[in-house]
Amino acid sequence: MEFLSYFGGVFEPTAFLLLLGGTIGGLILGATPGLSPTMAVALLIPFTFHLSPTQGLILLGAAYTSTVAGGAVSAILLKIPGAPANIATALDGNAMAKNGEGARALHLSFLSSGIGGVIGVLLLIFLTPVLAQWALAFGPSHLFWMAILGVTVIGSLDSRSFVKGLLSGCIGLWLSMIGFDDNLGAQRFIFTDSLAGGINIIAALIGLFAIPQVLDMFSKGRNSSVIEAIEVPKQAFMESLREIMRSGRSLSIGTIFGSIIGLIPGVGGQIAGLVAYDQAKKFSPDKEKFGTGHPEGLIAAESANNAMVGPSLVPLLTLSIPGSPTAAVLLGGLIIHGIFPGSDLFDNHPQVAWTFINSMLIGQILMVIFGIYTASWAAHIARAPVPIMAAAVMVLALFGAYSVQQSMGDVYVMLSLGVGMFFLEKFGFSAAPLVLGLILGPIAESNFTTGSLIANAQDGPIIYFMTGTLNLFLIVLVVASIGYSFWSNMMHGKMAKAERATS
Amino acid sequence: MTASRLQHTISSSVVFLIAAIVAYISFTQEPADAFLFPRLIAIFFVSLAAWNFVRAITGVAKVGAGLDMKEFKNIIPGLAVMLIFVFFAAKVIGFYLSSTIAFMLIFTLYDPAPLNNGKAWVKRLIVTVCFMTVMYCLFALLLKVQTPSGILF
Repeated sequence: MEFLSYFGGVFEPTAFLLLLGGTIGGLILGATPGLSPTMAVALLIPFTFHLSPTQGLILLGAAYTSTVAGGAVSAILLKIPGAPANIATALDGNAMAKNGEGARALHLSFLSSGIGGVIGVLLLIFLTPVLAQWALAFGPSHLFWMAILGVTVIGSLDSRSFVKGLLSGCIGLWLSMIGFDDNLGAQRFIFTDSLAGGINIIAALIGLFAIPQVLDMFSKGRNSSVIEAIEVPKQAFMESLREIMRSGRSLSIGTIFGSIIGLIPGVGGQIAGLVAYDQAKKFSPDKEKFGTGHPEGLIAAESANNAMVGPSLVPLLTLSIPGSPTAAVLLGGLIIHGIFPGSDLFDNHPQVAWTFINSMLIGQILMVIFGIYTASWAAHIARAPVPIMAAAVMVLALFGAYSVQQSMGDVYVMLSLGVGMFFLEKFGFSAAPLVLGLILGPIAESNFTTGSLIANAQDGPIIYFMTGTLNLFLIVLVVASIGYSFWSNMMHGKMAKAERATS
Repeated sequence: MTASRLQHTISSSVVFLIAAIVAYISFTQEPADAFLFPRLIAIFFVSLAAWNFVRAITGVAKVGAGLDMKEFKNIIPGLAVMLIFVFFAAKVIGFYLSSTIAFMLIFTLYDPAPLNNGKAWVKRLIVTVCFMTVMYCLFALLLKVQTPSGILF
């Protein structure tokens, strides 16, 4: 119950204002189609540079939570999911809005997000210290394998092609090695002066997540088609609250599946929402109503995608393995403040860790209050013109990258990585494993170097890195994550071939 | 060879070339200790890139829709504005002025409203000024970020 003693930190004026700002801003960003939670968090990181670690993490955590919930607004009113996590929300949410139940759908969506989110954060509170204590037993060889596992899990599970996912991870690892090696006094892969200090993580995160989205908005051209948003009639809040109380089955299905999926590194909210929706349909006596505007589908999907947020931080805060791409960006936000996940975080910075986690709990409640309050004018947010958004995100990205070290070199790196990532994404590569490689690369290398020194003084590197129960367990996990992905890619290919043959 | 397969082959060749350069530098540069970890990564990088290249040539690599020429043409003007801003205008005429111009240009380039519409120009101007004022307050006044001032602002 250590977390209870750090609740006061959340209510300090600056911290609470940041929590409030992050929640409202996150709801607006989430409701805007085309702006993903990952990009929103990446764009916010430069601002946290000027804050204390606790305040910075509160802002990022609030934005993470509320962008996922805010994404439901555009999914319900426009049938455009604000984030991949809201794909399942659009299935019944939009149908409800078309049936004149837009306000009811928005109320149910925010309430189920809040309930799922609170349970997810409670899981984070009770599981994290246990795992963090377990992580104390880790030596350099284990930490090296953990970092490699982080890259391979995201590389193989978060990508459509496991070869390209792992290649993205390799590109990230290579990028992390660019610059001057302080330990051995060598210049590595410095092709231009802008790279002399290495690649700044914040500039890279902004480039990799914001610039591809800006270019994607550009690719639509001078699109004059106006998105039709459905008007939201008023609805009594108490009526929605009573309805959510009666929806125990779909709410518990969503929360349970969301929490479990959040704990699995590399599997995002998109899968959580879809799996929960599918399971809610299987267990429902009204299966045929799903897809036609049935509240159960909406509640299951929304409770799942927010229940996933807390547990996705468990492997991040204890073992440095992010549960989702947005959690990977949060890891970057932690590292720039000189804080490393694991036992170090809970032993040496308990105030940072617990105030951040507590703020996520309070953030869920604020998200519900402001989400419901803004529901009536949510349609206007969701209709923000694409050219303004493209220009605004571009300028924010440029200013954000520059402000980190007040260096144009970072802006060059940000833009080059962003444009490169846009083209790589067109060919099936993804940003999440690349970012993981970039963030976990230095952790893997420093533990590899320390481990090699220990190994040379003992029985050699092969015995040091490849033997021992924990090493073998981690190696098996690395191989299993790659093997599973290879197998599922093969099965997917075979099924596609069979489908083509029958059609 | 179809356009999609050709695109996949080109993209995988570029990735393979990068992997080969990384491997070459890792195995030829000194001190060897500083390049031990890069060498380890380079082995996996080259192997995966070669595998990806072979898959692209044989037409197995189909993940990713590739580049649509219409979309690519739409991107060029906006990308050009970004590149001119970053590599030229920001340092020469100043960060704030050039970003204001870049914002306005991108808004205009992708705004579906006709260019001869007076009201649309007023809207663009108001939105640009409001947004850039917020940026100035945030970065210059609140965060005290010193931006390149160039010959203007």
